[in-house]
Amino acid sequence: MSMNGAKGLLLEEPVIFEKSSPGRTGVEPASFDVPEADIEGIIPKQMLRGAIEGFPDVSEMDIVRHYTRLSQWNFGVDSGFYPLGSCTMKYNPKVNEEAARLPGFAMLHPYEPEELTQGALQLMYELENYLAEISGMDAVTLQPSAGAHGELCGLLAISAYFKDKGRPRTKVIIPDTAHGTNPASSHLAGFKVVPVKSEGRGVLSLDAIKGVMDRDVAALMLTNPNTIGLFERNIKEIADFVHKKGGFVYCDGANLNALMGIIKLGELGVDVIQFNLHKTFSTPHGGGGPGSGPVGVKKALAPYLPVPRIKKTRSKYSLDFNRPKSIGRMKAFYGNFSIMVRAYSYIRRMGAEGLKRASETAILNANYIKENLKGTYHLPYDEPCMHECVFSDKYQLGSGVATMDIAKRLIDYGFHPPTVYFPLVVHGAIMIEPTETETLETLDKFIVAMKAIAEEAKTSPQALKDAPANTKVQRVDETKAAREPILRWRKG
Amino acid sequence: MEFPKDLKYTKEHEWVKVDGSIATVGITDYAQDSLGDVVYVELPQEGGSVTKNEPFGVVESVKAVSDLYSPVSGSVAEVNDAIIDSPEVINDDPYGDAWMIRVEVHSPNDLSDLLSAEEYQKYIEEEK
Repeated sequence: MSMNGAKGLLLEEPVIFEKSSPGRTGVEPASFDVPEADIEGIIPKQMLRGAIEGFPDVSEMDIVRHYTRLSQWNFGVDSGFYPLGSCTMKYNPKVNEEAARLPGFAMLHPYEPEELTQGALQLMYELENYLAEISGMDAVTLQPSAGAHGELCGLLAISAYFKDKGRPRTKVIIPDTAHGTNPASSHLAGFKVVPVKSEGRGVLSLDAIKGVMDRDVAALMLTNPNTIGLFERNIKEIADFVHKKGGFVYCDGANLNALMGIIKLGELGVDVIQFNLHKTFSTPHGGGGPGSGPVGVKKALAPYLPVPRIKKTRSKYSLDFNRPKSIGRMKAFYGNFSIMVRAYSYIRRMGAEGLKRASETAILNANYIKENLKGTYHLPYDEPCMHECVFSDKYQLGSGVATMDIAKRLIDYGFHPPTVYFPLVVHGAIMIEPTETETLETLDKFIVAMKAIAEEAKTSPQALKDAPANTKVQRVDETKAAREPILRWRKG
Repeated sequence: MEFPKDLKYTKEHEWVKVDGSIATVGITDYAQDSLGDVVYVELPQEGGSVTKNEPFGVVESVKAVSDLYSPVSGSVAEVNDAIIDSPEVINDDPYGDAWMIRVEVHSPNDLSDLLSAEEYQKYIEEEK
C-alpha cells in the first residue's frame, strides 16, 4: 500500500509586508468624475488615522501568489484525512458553498426590511425546527456564534430562569469526561463548578451525582457521548434525579454526530443542548469558520432565549423583539447567517434517513479503527465506542516515545494528527474521530500508518522524536511559542 | 522521580511543607512531569484566603490547563511572584524555587489527612 505522505516542492514566502515596494499597486482606480474634497474638512481630525505603518504596496499577482503559497503549506479537510477527536472534521460538501453564495443570501443586508427578507427568515425558522426535531427540544435560537458561545447562552438562560423564579442557584455539576469549555462557560455565566468523577467504565453513575446534587445546583452539564467516546448509558435515570431536585440537564452537543436520527436527547431528559453547526452539520471548521452554535431548550426555558426570535404568522415571517424575560442579545444581528444556509443545505440534502446513516457510519468507522489498533496501542476503555475512540501511549512509553511523537510522525505519513492529551482522564490520550465521510481505503491506510509508527517506536524511536521530516517546517518549539509569543509583525 | 520525606502530599499532586503555622505549597515532581513544560501560572493575591480542597490557582502546560487545589485553609501570607515570569522553574525545581504560596494555617487539623511521601508514592503507582 502506498502511503499519502510524500515530499514535494514548496516555495518560500515572506510576510506580505516584506514584499512591499513603494508605489506598486494591484489595481488602478478610475479617475474621479466628481470634485475631490479635502478629507480633513469632512472628518474631524482626531478621527483620522493618518498613515498605517508598513501597509504593503503589492501587485495583484504578488497577493495571489502570497496566499496560494501559504495555503500550500497548510493541511485541511480538503487535502487529507483529519481525524481530530472531539472536533468532527467531516468533509464540507461544496453544494453548501453554492447555496451560501446565492446572491439573495450572500448580498443580504441585515437592516433590510422584513418584506424583503422573507426567504432568509423562512430558512432560519425552518432550520430552528429541524434542529429541534433532531434533538427533541421545544425551541431553538440560532444566534450564538460558536459552540462555547452557545454553552454560555444556554447557561445564562438557566441562570435567568432561577432568578425569575425568585430562587437563584449557584452551582453547575461537570463530570471529568466533559468538554474543556464547559467549566469555562459555567464560570463565565457566574456559576461555581462542582467536578464529579466518572466511574470505572468511563461513564457517569447515578450515585456520583447523588453525592453532589443539591438545591443550589442549577444544572448538570455533561457531554453525550462523552469525551472518551462512550455513551452515557445512565443518562435517563440521572436526568430524572436532577429534575427531582429542581435542576436542569445541559448536554454539550459537540458530539451530536454520533446520535442524529438514532436518539433524541430531549427524550432522555436533556433540557438544553448546543449544536456545533461547524462540526455535525458540515459547515467550515477550524480557522476557516466562522462557527455557529445554536441552542435548543425545553419549553420551561424558551422565554429566556435571546432576542429577536423568529415568528411565523400564517405565511409571514417576522422578528419578535418583545420578549421581556429574554437574556437579551448574544450577538449583533441574527448570528452567522451564511453558516446557517450551509447547515440548512446539508440537512435538506441528507434528509432524515441520510442523517441517521451519517451517525451510524461515524460510529462504525470509529469502532473499525478501535478494533484494528487495540493490540498495537493501549486502549484504556475497551468498550464499544460511539463516533470516536481514545488510545494512549502506554505501550510506547518504554522506548521513550510519547503521544506527541506519534502524532508528529503521522504527519509524515500524510495524515493530520488526532487530538492529543485530551481527554485529561487518560494519560497521554490519542483521540481519534474518523467521521462518516472517509472511505474504507482511507481508514485502512491510516491503520497501516499507525501500526508502522508503533513498529518504528521499537526499532527507530529517534525517527519519531525528529518527526515530522517531510514538512516545510519541522518540530516547532511549542513551549517557547507559549512562553514568549510574538503576536504581531513589526517593521524590522 | 523524587518525593522528599519531610513534605506532605495531596491526591491532587500538591506538596506542603509545614513550619509552625505557615504551610508552603507547590506541585510535585510527578505533577510537573505529567504536565510537561509549564508555560503559565496564576496565583492568588497576598492577603487573600484559600480553602482546603478548593482551587487557589491555575497551572497551564503545553498539554493541559489544571487547577491548583489548596491542601489547607487559611490566609495567603506570601506569593512566589518569580514563577509567574519564569514558569519553567516549576519543571526544573518543583520542591525548591518553585514553591507557590505560603499560607497562614487557621486549623492545624487540616494537616492530619495529608499523605506521607510513601503513601503518595503508592497512590501515584496505583493511578498509573
